[in-house]
Amino acid sequence: MNKTWIIIQREFLSRVRKKTFLLSTILLPILLAGVYAGMIYFSVKGNDEVKIAVSDKANIFQNELKNNDDISFTFLNDLSAKQLEDSVRAKKYTGYLYIPENINLATDSLNIKSVKSIGLFSSEKIKGRINSALREKKLLALVSRSQLDSAQRNANFTISRLDGNNKPDKAITVYAVGFGSGMIIYIVLLIYGTMVMRGVMEEKTNRIAEVIVSSVKPFQLMMGKIIGIGAVGLLQFLIWIVLTLVLKGVIFSGMDSSPMGQQIPAEGAAAFFSALSSVNIPLILGCFIFYFLGGYLLYSSLFAAVGTAVDEDPQAAQGLMLPITMPIIFAIMIMIKAVNDPNSSLAVFGSIFPLTSPVVMIARIAHGVPEGVSVAEILISMALLIVGFLGTTWVAGKIYRTGILMYGKKITWKEMWKWAFRKN
Amino acid sequence: MNILEVRNLRKYYATQKAVDDISFTLNAGSIFGLLGPNGAGKTTLIRMITGIFYPDEGEILFNGRKFNPQTDILQTGYMPEERGLYKKMKIGEQAIYLAQLKGMSKADATAKVKEWFIRFEMQTWWNKKVEDLSKGMQQKLQFVTTVLHEPKLIILDEPFSGLDPVNANLIKDEIYRLAKNGASIIFSTHRMEQVEEICDHIILVNKGQKILDGTVKQVKQQFKEHLFRISLEEKAAAVSSPAFDVISTQENDLIVKIHEGNKPNDVLQYFLQQQHSIVAFQEILPSLNEIFIRLVENTPLARQFEKITA
Repeated sequence: MNKTWIIIQREFLSRVRKKTFLLSTILLPILLAGVYAGMIYFSVKGNDEVKIAVSDKANIFQNELKNNDDISFTFLNDLSAKQLEDSVRAKKYTGYLYIPENINLATDSLNIKSVKSIGLFSSEKIKGRINSALREKKLLALVSRSQLDSAQRNANFTISRLDGNNKPDKAITVYAVGFGSGMIIYIVLLIYGTMVMRGVMEEKTNRIAEVIVSSVKPFQLMMGKIIGIGAVGLLQFLIWIVLTLVLKGVIFSGMDSSPMGQQIPAEGAAAFFSALSSVNIPLILGCFIFYFLGGYLLYSSLFAAVGTAVDEDPQAAQGLMLPITMPIIFAIMIMIKAVNDPNSSLAVFGSIFPLTSPVVMIARIAHGVPEGVSVAEILISMALLIVGFLGTTWVAGKIYRTGILMYGKKITWKEMWKWAFRKN
Repeated sequence: MNILEVRNLRKYYATQKAVDDISFTLNAGSIFGLLGPNGAGKTTLIRMITGIFYPDEGEILFNGRKFNPQTDILQTGYMPEERGLYKKMKIGEQAIYLAQLKGMSKADATAKVKEWFIRFEMQTWWNKKVEDLSKGMQQKLQFVTTVLHEPKLIILDEPFSGLDPVNANLIKDEIYRLAKNGASIIFSTHRMEQVEEICDHIILVNKGQKILDGTVKQVKQQFKEHLFRISLEEKAAAVSSPAFDVISTQENDLIVKIHEGNKPNDVLQYFLQQQHSIVAFQEILPSLNEIFIRLVENTPLARQFEKITA
């Protein structure tokens, strides 16, 4: 039996059998979903409810100010400023606005008083509400209601493409799919890359490397480790995909039978899934797996090379890792741009250059072919990625061969460079 | 027949001639001592024999043919001085894994591992992890994984370090048994008393070069100083003979150095003529330790880095 295959099996099984594998497979999506849900929740419902008591003695607003969940105005025109202040102190209201009968809007200022300070967003909203109400009152003094309405009405406005292919608005889904996929590849490259690095460091510091390279070639050991850990990552993805499909099935079947009260979240999820179907799922999934594997092979061999240079000092690992993590971080920055504007020159470059393409290209592909990216560009990018990982694997193999048996010596990038390009 | 023949092997690093023109042969079934001070080039030499490094020059013949790392390392077992195992892996699985990497099938490996575990009374260890073992236990496991695949050539670098006398004897007996069954063993160490006891043949390496080669007996003969110990029943009075000098006296014992051209019989003759009754007469051969120190002492302890132009 091929020895690389034996090594792959060990690397794969020793990780999959651990409890941490199961735990991370379940917890990682929950954690990610939780973080995103939290972000959305707090950005939508970030503010506390603000209640303002208004005593409008001058009757400027005629008991009309728009209320919503965040900010509400209550008209208590009979009360004096003193009474309003008392009710604010009694915490019935957040603040109060007292408008004296003889106010001159041209010179006097309106003053909202509160016990605690009101947040920046809320106070901006309050200001906007009051100003637009005032503006409308002033305009109504000049023109009739119907004239005002016709002046303020927006023009009918649509954006369409020359080829007449006007699908329903899918921008948000495209954004979510592109950004999400790019982000997952980015996280996975880092997680599995460092896993490879740690594995190599373990073999080196445990001194088992010398035993093993007296049985197999160092290159076989390195490839076995990389492929084995890559298979763990792939298995994790497959589990996630299956779980997503199961979840989808449960939600759709649940929708028919569930009582009325349950329907709202189910409808939200169903809407998400049906929006998802406006994106070319098989294409994205296929490319996702290709770019995940390509990017993983490219980076993990570099991580493996760095692992051989580390000798029992995790601090040194940080320093040596930096040149490898830099391009990944650049890639995520380019990806954020590409998701908004898939055909910008930066996005095109980033999606073809092999060190960034695994993260960037998927964001362009989410926009579809040929809107986001041309077939030719995908093929060039894929070819370059293959050339790229063959190149890094070759270079890393040479560094690995020397570094894995080198002890008691601090290894620098300069030395690794020398090992990589010397003859034999 | 020679299992291994090394001819004019050279390996130069940027700043050192690690191995500089070393040749030796190793007979099948013999135990071969590879001696040398720290940094003499032993590890580099071993790494070339195990196919980890390619030599710059020279050739290695394995079983009479040119050494082919791909296939011949399957018949080699190497236990490095700095040894290690996967700490988190179960012991049984680990032994099987390492045997598979040496080309054994899983079934064969499993059977062999069980056999060895019974021999070393390690059956209950199977599902333990390496990190749960003591250092001595790890050492035994390491030895088992080295010889599991029945290699023809076994290379052991300091195999007894960290072992108590009982376990050291266990391993020593196994080494004898393996040699008797036809395996050849290269035994690298600084512990000369073990070499004297175990090895048939030794070479001494210093600064990358071979400075001594022969059987233990030959080497001792080569470095003998013609010293004899003679024990008498009573203390001898003034001793003087043209045949020998007295080096030291210890109660009734005398240590004498025989002059060149004279024989041990001359010493006996002298004491017989003096009417002494002799209790014992024995040649004092230098220990390997003394020879080692004598040969290595005159060179600086630490190798200096030098510029290599080759």
